[in-house]
Amino acid sequence: MELLLLAKNNLLASTGITDQDIEKVLNSLLSSPLDTADIYFQSTHSESWVLENGIIKEGHHSIEQGAGIRAVIGEKTGFAYTDRLELPMLMTATQHVKGILKQGQNAQVNLKNHRNAPILYPSLNPLKSLSDQQKVDLLQKIDRETRQLDSRIEEVIVSLLGEHEHILVVDQNGQLTADIRPLVRLNVTVIMLDNGRREQGSMGGGERSNYQYFIDEERALNYGKEAVRLALVNLEATAAPAGNMTVVLGPGWPGILLHEAIGHGLEGDFNRKGTSAFSGRVGERVASSLCTVVDDGSLQGRRGSLTIDDEGTATQQTVLIENGILKGYLQDKLNARLMGVAPTGNGRRESYASLPLPRMTNTYMLPGQDDPEEIIASVQHGLYAKNFAGGQVDITSGKFVFSASEAYLIEHGKITRPVKGATLIGNGPEVLTRVSMVGNDLALDSGVGTCGKEGQSVPVGVGQPTLKIDGLTVGGTHIA
Amino acid sequence: MNTSAHIDELKHTLHSLLNEAKLQGASAAEAGLNQENGLSVSVRLGEVETIEHHCDQGLGITVYFDQHKGSASTSDLSPDSIKETVRAACSIARYTSSDFCAGLPEHNLLQTEFPELDLYHPWSLTTDDAIDLATHCENTALNFHPAISNSEGASINSHQGIYILGNSLGFLHGYATTRHSLSCSVLAQAGDSMQRDFWYTVARNALHLDSPEQVGKTAAERTVRRLNARSLTPRQCPVLYSANIASGLFGSLIGAISGGALYRKSTFLLDCLDTLIFPEFVHIHEQPYLLGALGSAAYDNEGVATHTRDIVNQGLLRSYVLNSYSARKLGMQSTGNAGGIHNLTIESGTQTFAELLTTMDTGLYVTELMGQGVNIVTGDYSRGAAGFWVEHGVIQYPVEEITIAGNLKDMFKAIIAIGNDVDLRGNVRTGSVLIEHMSIAGV
Repeated sequence: MELLLLAKNNLLASTGITDQDIEKVLNSLLSSPLDTADIYFQSTHSESWVLENGIIKEGHHSIEQGAGIRAVIGEKTGFAYTDRLELPMLMTATQHVKGILKQGQNAQVNLKNHRNAPILYPSLNPLKSLSDQQKVDLLQKIDRETRQLDSRIEEVIVSLLGEHEHILVVDQNGQLTADIRPLVRLNVTVIMLDNGRREQGSMGGGERSNYQYFIDEERALNYGKEAVRLALVNLEATAAPAGNMTVVLGPGWPGILLHEAIGHGLEGDFNRKGTSAFSGRVGERVASSLCTVVDDGSLQGRRGSLTIDDEGTATQQTVLIENGILKGYLQDKLNARLMGVAPTGNGRRESYASLPLPRMTNTYMLPGQDDPEEIIASVQHGLYAKNFAGGQVDITSGKFVFSASEAYLIEHGKITRPVKGATLIGNGPEVLTRVSMVGNDLALDSGVGTCGKEGQSVPVGVGQPTLKIDGLTVGGTHIA
Repeated sequence: MNTSAHIDELKHTLHSLLNEAKLQGASAAEAGLNQENGLSVSVRLGEVETIEHHCDQGLGITVYFDQHKGSASTSDLSPDSIKETVRAACSIARYTSSDFCAGLPEHNLLQTEFPELDLYHPWSLTTDDAIDLATHCENTALNFHPAISNSEGASINSHQGIYILGNSLGFLHGYATTRHSLSCSVLAQAGDSMQRDFWYTVARNALHLDSPEQVGKTAAERTVRRLNARSLTPRQCPVLYSANIASGLFGSLIGAISGGALYRKSTFLLDCLDTLIFPEFVHIHEQPYLLGALGSAAYDNEGVATHTRDIVNQGLLRSYVLNSYSARKLGMQSTGNAGGIHNLTIESGTQTFAELLTTMDTGLYVTELMGQGVNIVTGDYSRGAAGFWVEHGVIQYPVEEITIAGNLKDMFKAIIAIGNDVDLRGNVRTGSVLIEHMSIAGV
């Protein structure tokens, strides 16, 4: 309950909007029969600091606030929002939304405080977890220590991002739910020059906590070390092979495979509409029996975690694939209702100015039995891809890509030389059927993922153990 | 809304904002303010799916205390919030370093003339009109071919916005723009093969939009022709980029000659000014003053005047793409590109698309690219692709689940022809582009 009071206080105290005002807006909205309705209040304070060329070059502070009002009947959605938190503006937005509704009787709903789900992250403002001077000092320390690692470093760029978001959701039953979400991220990029060749390396991380995360265990300094290591690998890399071959994916961030190949295709909206390559396939085999894939928004503190989703539903662990069999989809309220299943806590929106959609949270594969070294040793000729830049999927054809940013050739069971980053392409419903070994080394990513869908970006996490895939197309330039 | 009165009112707000910055001790300041509103309607399988009313506003301010910079933004334009935002920017400037390149643009580069660019054409579109247009568009697509099996719907967007920019050197100007679009996406099925594609039209003036029938028909055609696609075994071959995706190649060019990439030395086109980066027949211009075009603007995000100019002439790189900061870093002058390029126009050749196919003879015609596999530091390029295999100038069959790879530096020089089928829907205007050879991977 304390969380709800904190959120209400932050969002509404200065605006003068009272519980009675919210009831008024809600009852105006509900004066027609509808299936789902909500009012979503949000305020986000964020900041960014950038160090470049040894100096603190930029700092930015931003405040975004507003309320979105939505009404759904059947498959129809009416939506309007305002960035002015004032009763007349909320009523105007409500009138816009009611454009899709038939007029009906007067509604009488009273607000009820909803019991919150277990809290997964601290509600304290991460922007205040260090003083501005301490933030600046941290960036400069990272710059100094990173530059000392190698004389070939030309440039170090460090960015620090923090966000403190308050949300309050009122649903059509008058239930109030709230969440206070911290999010921090730090990134280090280095540019290195060796014998006239220039390469870049980047590493970052973050979670839903505060800036102390980057100081603990010297994480930020380690991002710098890792960025330098990646740039050095790139400086040695030769042309990547082109063609279909055995690919071993490293643990952690390469789980972007699951996000692109599987996750998007299992989002409820695409499956309700029958537009996904996975539509209508629950109960079928879509992966080798070694594969169990889950989406879990309820992990403590992770970048993709949420105490409640943006519709007020508690997040949970949802099994997507169990021992190779497709189990279910990721749902928001609208698609869950239309498909006759329960919401899974995956209704997410970029902000009050966007409609909620079924989205992933933290998507990962459970560990298997194999020793990662044995997986490599089992490959005669193939690619070992350890880091990735990003990916994309066509959910209808199932075709997906993800771009390796650190990769090596495997020759006769041994990792030999680094090759340049290359795009890997495959077919979502097929790729996991070719998984022949799963490592015992599950790792989650360091906390840098951002997923885009219909123009909306949300933070997500991925993870996996080392995986061996018998046949995936590698898009290099070197044709054997 | 009376636009010019509204612009004056917002200019006034901006003016007081700049004063507030001065009061709080800033030696210089720059601020931008925008207000946008619009309607988006989507229909799917003949039924309304969403009706969205958009209404956005935002304000951003950058302050300089000598050469220490701070910035802040807010979506709340109340007087208290404005003060608070200025305070936040000033507070940040206390902690940023002195940067000899930081600061407002040189006074003599600021725009002083504001020609009418024909960017504002409000559309008195009611929700019902929008529903009818979108429904008509989707129906055309659904009825186009028996293989069309499903739909992601058709949607109409109509937006208008006001943009005000001012700085403490006395620059203060605002203008209004509109942007309207109609898009459609449908699915087709044949056996186990399911495909989806889309098409759209966009314009400042709704009268210049393609008809709903045209958009629906094109979306359906593009979808159906992808059915029963195959992969390709690894090979080297010519690649023809369709006009709508060829723009991405020139987007990478702009990325590589942008000030930020240049002063960080993180570009494959470092020190290439006045060198040959394309074949001699390639000419590329920036045309900020095209009437009614999507990328037109008389000044950039800092108020610096934009200019019609050559970027590439006879294959030679003639100019970079700079804002004030990166220009100072490079010891050059801003090119009026804070915030990006304005109508990058690739001079088209004489060949039609059909003639380009004949010129290519045998190779890959690419209509879709996937992923972000472009490395601006090295020029290394590797992306997922879909399109058609072409033999003897004739399209043979659709292909998918392949990659195309090369290095942009080589790819630019290997351009053989640019078609006259120019796509005018974006900020980069080019015809289809034929590249002599790239590496293809697939099964």
